[in-house]
Amino acid sequence: MSDATLDIEGLHDAGPDYLRAGHSVLSWLGAIDHKRIAILYAASTTFFFFVGGMAATMIRAELVAPQGHFFTNDTYNKLFTLHGIVMVWFFLVPVIPTTLGNFLLPLMLGARDLAFPRLNLFSWYLNIAGGALTIAAILFGGVATGWTFYEPFTSFYANGYVTLALMGVFVVGFSTIATALNFIVTIHTLRAPGLTWMRLPLFVWSLYATSLIMILATPVLAITLLLVAAERVFDVAVFDPTRGGDPILFQHLFWFYSHPAVYIMILPGMGVVTEIITCFARRRVFGYATMVMALLAIAVIGFFVWGHHMFVSGQSSYSNLIFSFLSFMVAVPSAIKVFNWTATLYRGQITFEASMLYALGFVGLFTMGGLTGLFLASVPIDVHVTDTYFVVAHFHYIMVGGMVSAFFGGLHFWWPKITGRLYSENWARTAAMLMFLGFNLTFFPQYIMGYLGMPRRYHTYPPEFQVYHVMSSLGAVVLAVAYLLPLFYLTASLFRGRIAGANPWDSTGLEWTTTSPPPEHNFHTTPRITRGPYGYHPPGEAARV
Amino acid sequence: MNDFLPTETVGSQAASATDHLFYALLGISVAVVLLVSGLILVFSIRYRRGSKADRSELPPILQREVEIGWTLATLFLFLSIFGWAVSENFSFGTVPTNGLEIHVVAKQWMWKLQHPGGQREINALHVPVNKPVRLIMNSEDVIHSFYVPSFRLKQDVVPGLTTQLVFTPIKVGTFRLLCAEYCGTDHSAMTGKIVVMTPEDYSRWLDTSPASEDLVAQGRDIFTRLGCAGCHDARAAVRAPDLKGVFGQPVPLADGTVVQADETYLRDSILQPRKQIVAGFDPVMPSFAGRLSDAELETVIAYLKSLADTDGDTR
Repeated sequence: MSDATLDIEGLHDAGPDYLRAGHSVLSWLGAIDHKRIAILYAASTTFFFFVGGMAATMIRAELVAPQGHFFTNDTYNKLFTLHGIVMVWFFLVPVIPTTLGNFLLPLMLGARDLAFPRLNLFSWYLNIAGGALTIAAILFGGVATGWTFYEPFTSFYANGYVTLALMGVFVVGFSTIATALNFIVTIHTLRAPGLTWMRLPLFVWSLYATSLIMILATPVLAITLLLVAAERVFDVAVFDPTRGGDPILFQHLFWFYSHPAVYIMILPGMGVVTEIITCFARRRVFGYATMVMALLAIAVIGFFVWGHHMFVSGQSSYSNLIFSFLSFMVAVPSAIKVFNWTATLYRGQITFEASMLYALGFVGLFTMGGLTGLFLASVPIDVHVTDTYFVVAHFHYIMVGGMVSAFFGGLHFWWPKITGRLYSENWARTAAMLMFLGFNLTFFPQYIMGYLGMPRRYHTYPPEFQVYHVMSSLGAVVLAVAYLLPLFYLTASLFRGRIAGANPWDSTGLEWTTTSPPPEHNFHTTPRITRGPYGYHPPGEAARV
Repeated sequence: MNDFLPTETVGSQAASATDHLFYALLGISVAVVLLVSGLILVFSIRYRRGSKADRSELPPILQREVEIGWTLATLFLFLSIFGWAVSENFSFGTVPTNGLEIHVVAKQWMWKLQHPGGQREINALHVPVNKPVRLIMNSEDVIHSFYVPSFRLKQDVVPGLTTQLVFTPIKVGTFRLLCAEYCGTDHSAMTGKIVVMTPEDYSRWLDTSPASEDLVAQGRDIFTRLGCAGCHDARAAVRAPDLKGVFGQPVPLADGTVVQADETYLRDSILQPRKQIVAGFDPVMPSFAGRLSDAELETVIAYLKSLADTDGDTR
């Protein structure tokens, strides 16, 4: 990347860093600096993470006993619906692009800001507005449709503030679209001189691929939700089978968005992990061009696999055949990425900072999630395990084991960049390992009980599954502790943490060539880029410390 | 119901095929996880910072070969698994002709089942062992899913659509029936049992179960009561398609397409007669939606199918 020996001292004259550039409430709520907006997003996504996490905690507490203790069937159904809606749309989809992406994209491109700073702020307000509608739906009594809003249940058989929740998701979708548009334009137009496409860090590539999916898939969700709302509120027959509508059509529309949405959630995580592994292995990434191609291949093929959610829905067995085939194909680029991360470690100079532990944990858990995806792509196995805990375990391995680990890895990796402070490495490593252990204890038993026939979304269950549910709930306790720990030691670091300096990890990333925290306008002079990313050692030579 | 280890609960022909595929994939997955985590572990130790390990660079040509190699290997492996999965899927999905046909109606939150002889059951299904069973399923309200874990089988039951599930139980015993598609408040209580019996026990059970008229007779009564024959009869004044022998046959439609007259087609034609107009006929039939319960509809369809069965020429 650009010369790491850039005159960092000189930058201190460039004015106060972005955190000190204004102290009023308005300077935050009206901020158009991408870095401040990233902080706003960090606050809101953290809030939603703990809302969704509380619902998960209550679900796991209830499932300790086969007949439950605390809730009625209806309350239980509302809890898993709340957990799904909040975690998917208000945490997993936005979290990496809008926090780390928002903060780092201009820094990684050598730009002053995103292409449309005001649109960026507006998308945060859309996110908050969507969140407010959804939270209102919860406070008024909740919604028990499941996050999938299946028809005709949602239009005609569900009570509660369903329309309000639908509108919440509808609105937050536009926040996503605005962010994606902003990212695409920024990457196309605001790259520093010399920063060609094949010199972009893979995190930028992952944001680009993610933004493409967001902008193509999210409008389909918006249309679908509007149709559901029209049917529910104005009684316009769309999916109603008694008037010639087709409930399966809803599933096609919904999964046409929601399967690509899985890649919206995981691709940015892949980008983050690549930055971390290269840095702490002091190695160029193995197969840069292949990694770029794999990201794009996943983004494209990911649009054509939605039917694998519908193998037992009544769609034709020939559709099943084709969707099964394409689902196997989308796994190939994912597998290649795993091999490339592993190969990047080969002949490196590896150290094990907390963010590296998260990244290595990601590779392992993502591998397990990806492999069980092959089980689900196989029609006969899917017929048995779809809508069981096997599926629950599978997507939590991708979403939580993969995506959330990557987010925490990225948060720790760029924390000094964002705040200028170092946290306690020991506490951070402890949290990383607890998260890995707690995660496996929570979700591995779910694979087993799923294959044994434990259906998902069951409030009460046959007693033979209790042993697995108890293990899972114990794991959830460990996981909860691991998620709460960073709240404390990261907060403490803001007040008592060591000053990080511009580049504490000795990374070659362009974002580290400016001060930490960066000045308001990022770079004193526009950087010129003469090399590709990950220049931890000269090409063809050994990794050096 | 009592035994829950997967190896002990293979309750249908499909189940063992699914299990073989599952365990093969499990073996492959364990191998891949061990390989990846093993490599990460070995590299982490061997190439920890400051270790004395050899770090000289490999020639770039080797890098490319390695990449092409594992890409092709992965592709080949995945294609093989896909091929296997497909062959399993298409071998056990075929519909037997000598099967026992059971009509299933799902509603919030119960399973209603009816045997060909008219015996009705709720949340339980008694079937003989080693005889193919074909479930013909409809829903009265939302989507449900008929799931028997021990058979490794599941099929959504969709309002407005007739779905089928075919299985051959191979073991005498009692197995769980669950609803697998979230269907509202008491979703987790929408459970029941499949009782697989010896043929002797099954006929004894049939004899002792209170049976109303069989399905075909019930259907004939409703067909008469609703005056269907007033049009669907060769001598009727209003011209409507002759229903004798229609089931299972291709039907040419007014829009030029041809449909197979299966259960879904018959059902749609009764509830939404204007959806698919038979070529050469006027769209004059009124909808019977709301006038027939799903259970009654099932009997009418059973009656229409019996018309096909008795007509030797068209079958």
